[in-house]
Amino acid sequence: MLLSRHNTLRVHTPEGITFSLLLASPLTRFLACAVDLGCIIVLTSALAYLTRGLGLLNADLALAAELAGYFVISVGYGMFTEWYWRGQTIGKRLLRLRVVDAQGLKLNFNQIALRNLLRCIDMVPGFYAVGGAICLCTRYSQRLGDIAAGTIVIRTPVLSAPDLDQLATDKWNSLREYPHLSARLRQRVSPRTASLTVEAIMRRQDLEPAQRVALFRDLASYFKEITPFPPEATEGVSDEQYVRNVADILFHKFCGVGNVVPATRGGGGGTERC
Amino acid sequence: MIIDVAKFVAQEREVWRELEAILQRMENDPYRRMTLPEARRFHFLYEKTSADLARLSTFAFSPEICGYLESLVGRAHGEIHESREGGRSRSFRRWFFSGFPNAFRRHLRAFALSLAIMLTGAGFGAAALRFDPDARDVLLPFDLPHETPGERVAREETAKKDRLGGQHSTFSAFLMTHNIRVSLLTLALGMTAGLGTALLLFYNGIILGAVAADYVLAGQTKFLLGWLLPHGSIEIPAILVAGQAGFVLGAALLGWRSRAPLRARLRSISQDLLTLISGLGLMLVWAGVVEAFFSQFHEPILPYELKITFGLIELALLSLYLGWAGRPRLDAPLPP
Repeated sequence: MLLSRHNTLRVHTPEGITFSLLLASPLTRFLACAVDLGCIIVLTSALAYLTRGLGLLNADLALAAELAGYFVISVGYGMFTEWYWRGQTIGKRLLRLRVVDAQGLKLNFNQIALRNLLRCIDMVPGFYAVGGAICLCTRYSQRLGDIAAGTIVIRTPVLSAPDLDQLATDKWNSLREYPHLSARLRQRVSPRTASLTVEAIMRRQDLEPAQRVALFRDLASYFKEITPFPPEATEGVSDEQYVRNVADILFHKFCGVGNVVPATRGGGGGTERC
Repeated sequence: MIIDVAKFVAQEREVWRELEAILQRMENDPYRRMTLPEARRFHFLYEKTSADLARLSTFAFSPEICGYLESLVGRAHGEIHESREGGRSRSFRRWFFSGFPNAFRRHLRAFALSLAIMLTGAGFGAAALRFDPDARDVLLPFDLPHETPGERVAREETAKKDRLGGQHSTFSAFLMTHNIRVSLLTLALGMTAGLGTALLLFYNGIILGAVAADYVLAGQTKFLLGWLLPHGSIEIPAILVAGQAGFVLGAALLGWRSRAPLRARLRSISQDLLTLISGLGLMLVWAGVVEAFFSQFHEPILPYELKITFGLIELALLSLYLGWAGRPRLDAPLPP
């Protein structure tokens, strides 16, 4: 029976916090592996070139060094790079993958060594057939070496600072004129709805025009329904602008009308008022 | 309640940066020990960041900041809750005289099983060769089936030049790498709940038994011992240790006599597995050198008595080493 597969591993800490790790897909891992294979070929070719020089002095010793070197590189490449780069080989670095402990603990050398030493069984009969098949069947996309070592391979996407400027609007926010209604709006909007609003604003450029209009129309109607503002505050304001005004109110606190201090750039961008 | 994200970030950013800097230092130098105030500060920062993550996840929406905080909390969680020893570098001397033999003795039953399976295979191979001489071509490895033991002994003893043609280092390197690869496979096959390990040991036993029976039946026991003992007294135990490691792995997978979850079982044996595999690697390097530079020379260059004595001394020393090295002294003071 195939186990249901997840694309994230959620770790619950004793402090009651939950964090998630994005699991790497078998295909991405295979690509990283292909890059690493290329690196091993380059390294062994360089070794062969070097030992050719030694061969002029002693052919027997040169061939022995080449044989031993090939073995050390093919077995030790993964171990050394994953230890040196804390869970990454060159292929994994390029594809933004990382080996981590399956329980979110610190990855130690034993785990790195074991998962690499057990690679030989994952590789049989060729092209990681066994490892790939096991990877597809296991819940957290683990090959046999990962299971034995208690490791998983995760994706580490680039974490960029959020562009909160998109939430702020340079235009006059007519809703600010009504602080009591703004307070009521903040009270009535759930964090989930607020999240949805931010997402809609952040991704608005990616939407098809018709969908964009429909989405912001629905959101604006909802906000108008839960907290109606006087007609003079909403007159001539498009649905999208209305939603941006609402987001501005939801995510920035005000002490009152006209109490806006000059904008200062925070870590995540955005404006700071009060 | 909805958080003003920008203000929140501005307020907490320094805490996160400090935690990130500490984590970076710890990752750059895993062996550095923190002072008590440093550890307290680290713990405080971890808890503060965890709380920030909880607040941000509950009361606001900012996937990027949440992702960043999750990565910080994840890294710090690994450092704080890690309770395994590991990671600390140990001297080779301590590993050699205590770590490896102790790991070997901790899993003596697995070694006994490994030995029993190989001996069964050897008995089967010897019996097959004894009762079915036609099977000789199938049972014997390399080019051994092409000549009788008597013919080979005569050829080796009358050889005028070095059979390896001066390629001893190459032969030695080949033997080392090949045997280590076979040992790694024997260990890795432990992932088949030990079945693959058992099959590989049985197969090696068949070959060993068949070769031994072939030479003994032909009256060439002395040559056989002189040829195999110098390197075999280390190489065969090394293969048995690989089998031992495979069975330890298989037993952890099956979880006999243990209520611990699979992850915990595998985690508990990982250090021993690595110690065993490192130890057998060392043994096979020695065996490779001996086989290429010593075992391949026969009478009249090297008397068989000398080679047999050498092999027996090696076996005795190995037994003493694995059996007694690193045992705690009875008169040793108890740890505080």
